[in-house]
Amino acid sequence: MTAPIEYVIRRLSEYDGPPLRLMEVCGTQTAEISHNGIRNLLSTAIQMISGPGCPVCVTVSAYIDRLIELSGQEGTTVVSFGDLFRVPGSRESLSEAKAAGGRAEMVYAPAQILDMARKQPEKQFVFAAVGFETTAPVYAGIIKKAKKEGLKNLRFLTSLKTMPAAIRWICAHEPDIQGFLAPGHVCAVTGTKDYEEIAREYGIPFVVSGFSPEELITAIYGLVCLRGRGQTRNFYPAVVRPEGNPEARAVMHEVFEPCGAAWRGIGRIEGSGLRIRAAFREFDAGSDGLEEDIRKNSQCRCAQVLLGEISPGDCPLFGKVCTPATPQGACMVSAEGSCFHYYSGNEGGSR
Amino acid sequence: MKITMAHGSGGWETSQLIENLFARYFSNPILDRMEDSAVVEGGARIAFTTDSFVVHPLFFPGGDIGRLAVCGTVNDLLMSGSRPAYLSCAMILQEGLKIETLENIVRSMAETAREAGVLIAAGDTKVVEGPGELYINTSGIGYMPEGRNIGASLCRPGDRILVSGCLGDHHAAIMSARMGIENEIRSDAAPLNRMVNGLFEAGVGVRAMRDITRGGLATILEEYAHACRYGMEIRQKDIPVSVQTRGFCEILGLDPLYMGNEGKMLLVVKEEDASQALEILRGSPYGEGAAMIGEVTTRHQGRAYVKTDIGGERLLSPLYGEGLPRIC
Repeated sequence: MTAPIEYVIRRLSEYDGPPLRLMEVCGTQTAEISHNGIRNLLSTAIQMISGPGCPVCVTVSAYIDRLIELSGQEGTTVVSFGDLFRVPGSRESLSEAKAAGGRAEMVYAPAQILDMARKQPEKQFVFAAVGFETTAPVYAGIIKKAKKEGLKNLRFLTSLKTMPAAIRWICAHEPDIQGFLAPGHVCAVTGTKDYEEIAREYGIPFVVSGFSPEELITAIYGLVCLRGRGQTRNFYPAVVRPEGNPEARAVMHEVFEPCGAAWRGIGRIEGSGLRIRAAFREFDAGSDGLEEDIRKNSQCRCAQVLLGEISPGDCPLFGKVCTPATPQGACMVSAEGSCFHYYSGNEGGSR
Repeated sequence: MKITMAHGSGGWETSQLIENLFARYFSNPILDRMEDSAVVEGGARIAFTTDSFVVHPLFFPGGDIGRLAVCGTVNDLLMSGSRPAYLSCAMILQEGLKIETLENIVRSMAETAREAGVLIAAGDTKVVEGPGELYINTSGIGYMPEGRNIGASLCRPGDRILVSGCLGDHHAAIMSARMGIENEIRSDAAPLNRMVNGLFEAGVGVRAMRDITRGGLATILEEYAHACRYGMEIRQKDIPVSVQTRGFCEILGLDPLYMGNEGKMLLVVKEEDASQALEILRGSPYGEGAAMIGEVTTRHQGRAYVKTDIGGERLLSPLYGEGLPRIC
């Protein structure tokens, strides 16, 4: 870890060992790898593939359809982060529904919704709460606050997911992956124990990585050095403690309980989601059972992209029917989606 | 006092508003004639442009909709190489707008027009229903000096790429105001006439200029690369972004390369004139943060790309959609 970054880059560019397919799990890591042009610093024997760690990308169509339905209900406004607006549901996106008269507003920070609800008590708000263990404690805090204040006009349509079960699923179903960059922000909440177990069980190394280009490069080098060994290393110790953040987990578990969850392209994975507990049920806008995943375009191969089975450029729609201006699947919409990054950075794509 | 539908009737209230407000602040010999059209001096070649301003909120740190309405059109005229001379000002007011608010905006427009050296020579006012805000359209005329010829297609390998200051401040200031976030970020809204005049007066070999508004630097560089069919290379480490705006962008997942500015320009100049151009930019009002950020190359022809700090390379793409922030 103390090796000068130039040395690490040289080792990675000169690597000529057995081919390695390494998965970065987190969408922010995908974005930073692309943003900093890290792929073209690596030997051709090292392939980085993007995992299912972009919350927008793994959201199923039934969830989008339900948001659209709510946005059309008299007196109800759907509130969401920007990315979700353009994700295609089974028929249309929230953005299209809004243009057709649906009520939907964009926020940048979840805390804004409390203000909206307080200031406009005559309106009903539904917040689209998607995310992983990183954002779930934030939502939990907001729900607790809303309950304490007795807010009656704020509900949540949740699609919250937890990483370990999904990564376990990938390890079991995708044998050709030789290492994982563990998601740094998620581990800051959950700690590293889950990943140590998965690493041992499947004999695949995990390195917890930060998000700066130097941290990512160093973590990739860590995986190359650990190849073939079921070990876990924490290369992000300034932020990630082995035990994670127990306080954040406590708030999260007070409001949410584990449940099965549907992942776009994977289907239902037991124990990979969070839902609002009965004690807070009045804040749930009908999140249960949203599992159906109908692709707007039947040729869309987001599913295989998410699992690292194919590169975005291998999808027949990529760069042709499916572009950031006309996304057919979520991976082309999100700023963390691998198709978006392949297209905009032209990494292996054709334009 | 507030704007009512009567202020847009074309009758007495309308003329009162014009006399007491618009004519008072915008007064000049051409406008004061109050005819159906302004008649202005002609020229061999004129530049002509229009822009509409719908920003919310109307006032934000560093500016207001009035200052924007002047700067936007003046800067568009400047970027074509012309000398801005006249603007029109069409106001669409919403019922309920406070006259005091309108006056503050009109005063700001008048001050900015004076700073930019243009006359507001024609105008119109309409009143519509709404929550008491306003929209402004300005059109502008500029004169093209003899023999001046600039454009993206004229860029050649070796030419240097400069920007006139820090990127993203306007976009970040507006977003902060909308989100109720208090910080030090101020809009950069400014007319760039003195900076541009300085370049031409010194005889700098300007290939192309563009004000870096919506879509940001990346979108413009992509267009330039496409137009000249060469590569546009910029270096990540040299792209100027203020500490505050950089922090704001990191939190919200925004990229300053895609953010709008209202007082910044991209400049491509001949290699031999680059250091002189940089000196002129830095010595001009609103140009203290100017930087040389890259050059035109024969690599990646038709594309713009960034040399990243870590030694990687990233191709740029135009802005898609609304420039959405990431989610976690």
